[in-house]
Amino acid sequence: MRKRSLIPILYILFLMLPIYWLISMSFKTTNEILSGFSLFPQTFTWENYITIFTDPSWYWAYINSIIYVSLNTVLSICVALPAAYAFSRYRFLGDKTLFFWLLTNRMAPAAVFVLPFFQLYSAVGLFDTHIAVALAHCLFNIPLAVWILEGFMSGVPKELDETAYVDGYSFPRFFITIFLPTIKAGVGVAAFFCFMFSWVELLLAKNLTAVDAKPIAAEMTKTASSAGYELGLLAAAGTLTIIPGAIVVYFVRNYIAKGFALGRV
Amino acid sequence: MKTQNQKAWFFVLPVLLLVAFNALIPMMTVVNYSVQETFGNNVFFWHGLGWFEDLLNSERFHAALGRQILFTTIILLIEIPLGIIIALSMPRQGFWVPVCLVLMALPMLIPWNVVGAMWNIFALPDIGLLGYLMNTTLGVDYDMTQDPFAAWATIITMDVWHWTSLVVLLSYAGLVSIPDAYYQAAKIDGASSWSVFRYIQLPKMKQVLTIAILLRFMDSFNIYTEVFVMTGGGPGNSTTFLSIDLVKIALGQFDLGPAAAMSLIYFAITLLVSWLFYTLMTKDEGK
Repeated sequence: MRKRSLIPILYILFLMLPIYWLISMSFKTTNEILSGFSLFPQTFTWENYITIFTDPSWYWAYINSIIYVSLNTVLSICVALPAAYAFSRYRFLGDKTLFFWLLTNRMAPAAVFVLPFFQLYSAVGLFDTHIAVALAHCLFNIPLAVWILEGFMSGVPKELDETAYVDGYSFPRFFITIFLPTIKAGVGVAAFFCFMFSWVELLLAKNLTAVDAKPIAAEMTKTASSAGYELGLLAAAGTLTIIPGAIVVYFVRNYIAKGFALGRV
Repeated sequence: MKTQNQKAWFFVLPVLLLVAFNALIPMMTVVNYSVQETFGNNVFFWHGLGWFEDLLNSERFHAALGRQILFTTIILLIEIPLGIIIALSMPRQGFWVPVCLVLMALPMLIPWNVVGAMWNIFALPDIGLLGYLMNTTLGVDYDMTQDPFAAWATIITMDVWHWTSLVVLLSYAGLVSIPDAYYQAAKIDGASSWSVFRYIQLPKMKQVLTIAILLRFMDSFNIYTEVFVMTGGGPGNSTTFLSIDLVKIALGQFDLGPAAAMSLIYFAITLLVSWLFYTLMTKDEGK
């Protein structure tokens, strides 16, 4: 048993190394980074973080990212819930084809869609808004949310629905007061994955925005200037992008393991 | 048994409209470009299937596709077995389970360009932790920006670092769903740990592994941001994967026709492989 737990420990050590390096770098001055190798910051500095928290274009980039990610998560879950219910409970014309077609959108390389997306959202006048990015990310998040939620819903026996109707519940009331609480773990897992894939995506987010809704990922390219890379600043900005993800994963930690166990392909 | 109910379409309608808006309109734009030639100023000429023919005979496309297939194969061969092994050796309950899960999920929650930047500074030959250790302590001549082999090794290590946790989480979810009674029965029968794995754990993990393999296939086949930030496709063309080449053609040179044709072929390959795999893995489900 002792020997066995060595594998996860080694793996986690491997995972932490680059993260440690990023964090350690964020507390160094750019001069120290470029002057040579040091395992720990020699001249410990908050300078990089202070720059980020006092410059509006930096912290607004974080707020922008959080706004469109939250919008996308809420939107994806809201439309995916009824659809997943339909897929898990009913047979209808073209259901299997539709299900696979939804999944195919998860497969399209984002690189394929950059230019058409730019044109589409410019044409409908949504370019450089949070809504544009939130809507664009629906392309790959809705299929995933439907997929996960359908798995959870299929795990709930149909008798639950029938009993509720016999007891005189209307459909919306049944869905909100009985069905949703039963699958709340599934909603948590689906929301986690929507958040995650929307938060980490850059290509679409960057190309659909210019100024007003500029995401943090795009703002980070600013650290490369004519004077060379400001590595310390880049590291500090990168470190800060880990935090929202860490908070979300902490809240769903008990669900992610169970999450897919109930699901089916 | 599911009931036949065509009204279910109303439930699916919002999803359908949203995804169709995002998928069909851009896709039609791409199809439109792929059969036309333009000389700028929004003037387009019919070009038929010319771009597709050019592309299928182009050495540049073959090379990028070859690199992409090699990369995805290596990734799947490393990440899937490694993920299963780690999931098998994780504790099943207790204080350490959530700690492990949270720490393991961290790399997946970091924006992709940050992952690229992070590995870039991690691998810098003189001042990065990895580069420094390789060059001074291990004495290997290591420079990602000069040596194609080092670039490949770094990108593969980066991807293993980034995504193995997904396989671990999914496999682990499959493992914890196995009732204890199965293990007790195996113990009474005197089953070896290999047969426990082969006949109890692996079949129970089949569903989640299907999801894991599909997701890893799609995402590693579409990898763009991390590689672009780390190596920019270099040194030379050695790490120019399909999507990097695609963006070069579409946004760098603004050759819309060839880029669109390439997108469609690219998408078709992903679709075909995923469909084959999906049908193979789910074909005994009805029985």
